[in-house]
Amino acid sequence: MPHTPRITRRDLLRAAALAPVAGALAACATPAAKPTASSAAPAATSAANPLGVPGDKPLEVWIFDGGFGQDYAKNIHQPLFKAKYPGVEIKHNSTKEITKVLQPRFAGGNPPDVIDNSGANAMDFGALAQDGQLQDLTPLLDAPSWDDPATKVRDTIDPAVVELGTYDGKFSVLGYVNYIFGIWYSQKVFRDNGWEVPRTWDEFLKLNETIKKSGKMAPFTYAGKHPQYLYEPLLTMAAKIGGNEVLVNLDNLEDGAWTAEPMKAAAAAWAEIGAKYLMEGTAGLDHVQTQTAQNKYKVAMLPSGSWLENEQKTTTPDDFEYGMFPLPDVTGSDKLPYGTLHTTPGENFIVPSKGANPRAGMEYLRAMLSKKAAGDFSELVKTVSVVKGAGEGRQLSPGAASASKAMTEAGANTVTYRWQTWYAQLKDEAMAATGQLMSGGLTPDKYLERLQKKADEIKNDSSIKKFRR
Amino acid sequence: MYNAHRRSLFLFAFLAAPVTLYLVYVISPYVQAFYIAMTDWRGVSATPEFVGLDNFVRLFSDGIFWKAVTHNLALLVLLPLLTIVIALFFAFLLNVGNGRGVGGVAGSKFYRVVFFFPHVLAVAVVAVLFQQVFRPDGSGMLNGPLMALGARPVGFLSDPDVAFWSVLGVMLWQAVGFYVVLFSAGLASIPRDMFEAAQIDGAGRVSMFVRVTLPLLWDTIQVAWVYLGILALDVFAIVWVMTDQHGGPDFSTTVMAAEIYRNAFHYFRFGYASALGVVMFFFTIGFTILSLRLSRRERIEY
Repeated sequence: MPHTPRITRRDLLRAAALAPVAGALAACATPAAKPTASSAAPAATSAANPLGVPGDKPLEVWIFDGGFGQDYAKNIHQPLFKAKYPGVEIKHNSTKEITKVLQPRFAGGNPPDVIDNSGANAMDFGALAQDGQLQDLTPLLDAPSWDDPATKVRDTIDPAVVELGTYDGKFSVLGYVNYIFGIWYSQKVFRDNGWEVPRTWDEFLKLNETIKKSGKMAPFTYAGKHPQYLYEPLLTMAAKIGGNEVLVNLDNLEDGAWTAEPMKAAAAAWAEIGAKYLMEGTAGLDHVQTQTAQNKYKVAMLPSGSWLENEQKTTTPDDFEYGMFPLPDVTGSDKLPYGTLHTTPGENFIVPSKGANPRAGMEYLRAMLSKKAAGDFSELVKTVSVVKGAGEGRQLSPGAASASKAMTEAGANTVTYRWQTWYAQLKDEAMAATGQLMSGGLTPDKYLERLQKKADEIKNDSSIKKFRR
Repeated sequence: MYNAHRRSLFLFAFLAAPVTLYLVYVISPYVQAFYIAMTDWRGVSATPEFVGLDNFVRLFSDGIFWKAVTHNLALLVLLPLLTIVIALFFAFLLNVGNGRGVGGVAGSKFYRVVFFFPHVLAVAVVAVLFQQVFRPDGSGMLNGPLMALGARPVGFLSDPDVAFWSVLGVMLWQAVGFYVVLFSAGLASIPRDMFEAAQIDGAGRVSMFVRVTLPLLWDTIQVAWVYLGILALDVFAIVWVMTDQHGGPDFSTTVMAAEIYRNAFHYFRFGYASALGVVMFFFTIGFTILSLRLSRRERIEY
């Protein structure tokens, strides 16, 4: 065998094989504490630049590419920001899988600067807050608004945004869209059949009976695969009967909050709908399938939110005329008046505190909250933003008009709940149990006992971070 | 001496790359999972706290996880058993089922191809496909005809009493084809004269199957058993994609892997999820050792 210059070749092989080991082992799943570049001294603030955006550092933006798409960010928000800070390079990204793409970035200590943390695969706000990953957005609230230096940003947006975006006393999540919940129907169908929007629960039951007897369509359905669509009206009804504190108690995991009297009344009422008036097969259909059934005039009513019209725009007949009505009066002595609505800010934007450029991230949000940006956004995606008066003078579609009108009529009587975003385990249990309630697998009492048990479990689990409102 | 040294160097050079890859991408994640299982890591922080065995203690009172374990165990018994029985039956018919013991039933070449179809499809595709097959209204492939006949629709995926069986059915549908091919290969290696001899001795199809085919295929069946058992223990995609609420309704179809995923990526409890993963690891290892021990048998030489 001839002697080959073996050392070089072998050594090369060995080196090539071993070199990646060290790096790869270090870069695996286990988190590595990195000295984070503590958001260096912010650039000087001025009237023109109230948040002290460094003029030359890039800004990385991630948009959830869901129901609203991503064009609004690229064509409305980013040009606005860019016009003011031409030196800041905007790195636009979008994904449907926020968690999968961005969770490793947080674990690695280099998150981006602005995230639209939305959709079914959004990151858990509780976990992010617990780890101090969220930038305190209070400076943004106190900064002058984009349009008028005399008005603070705080005063241009729906106050619920601040309440719901506050974690551990720090305002850190900006909801951009106002979701308005109610029962949705076709105004045309109701007109053609002489059906009236019910104002009391008895009228609602009678209406269901009338529709069922007419044989034209099923009275009621909900997204059976996603029972959170049904516990929404159930909880809103409980709040209407017993006042907002019913929901506050749920959020605070109070003892017996789930088994309170208003909850019992609401659960029994909806269980009756589940037993008598649901469209055949409801339990196995998702939101798109049930909503499409409504567009095909197979079912009259379903509970949903103000995103519905935009979501269904491709299957809705031209003369369908979406309408929304609030939950009817139940007892005659309800604590909250007729017209009470569940509204909540959604499409949640965050600025990671350990990102490279949190100052510019906050400024980006300030641009989003300008009247022009919010108004253009509302028009593009047919929805209501949290910026006050941004929809003024804009052309509204029937559903959006109906929801806005209900919102105006509700005035201060709006309620909301937060346990489902705080305690994901409780949400899963509530979904499972609500499905069972509606299909008759659980009695209203057993249903509430089961959720109370889960709430107690969470309350007693020291590893789960607790929130209060 | 020098040559032996050269030889091991030579071997090492070839093995270094795959072993390194294996260490980095297989062994190291396992080891890290064991470590993460003893922390309260929530996935986003850089500094998880060490909490010892807290996660394992918590796991014992996690009703949903144990529900998932019972589903895995039910699959562990039913999936291999049913798949092997059905696949053996088909393989026997396709290869030696024509009564003379030397060929398959009429059209066996066609069936052989058709049986393999489901195996070619990706699991996610199968899951989405069966969501449509199982649809609870008139547009479902199964409920359409049922409703046309005047029956009430069956909630294949929406009735908690039925959903588990639907999952099992889909897994069977997908698994059988591959094992038909595997057993066919096993049958093909059995000398034809065995079947002919048995036939001359007056064996019918049944006794030929029980007395000749089965014993000679034992090795192949054993392999199939272990594969299917592991499949039953780490089933994930079909449950996650196909069922309502990922393992529902009401957790009636959830499995260990689904709970691991849910805890990690929905609840952001990576430490706890890793603890579940460690438990699942021991279940799988235990099953494999046990089944190899129990099914050890004399190999038949021919």
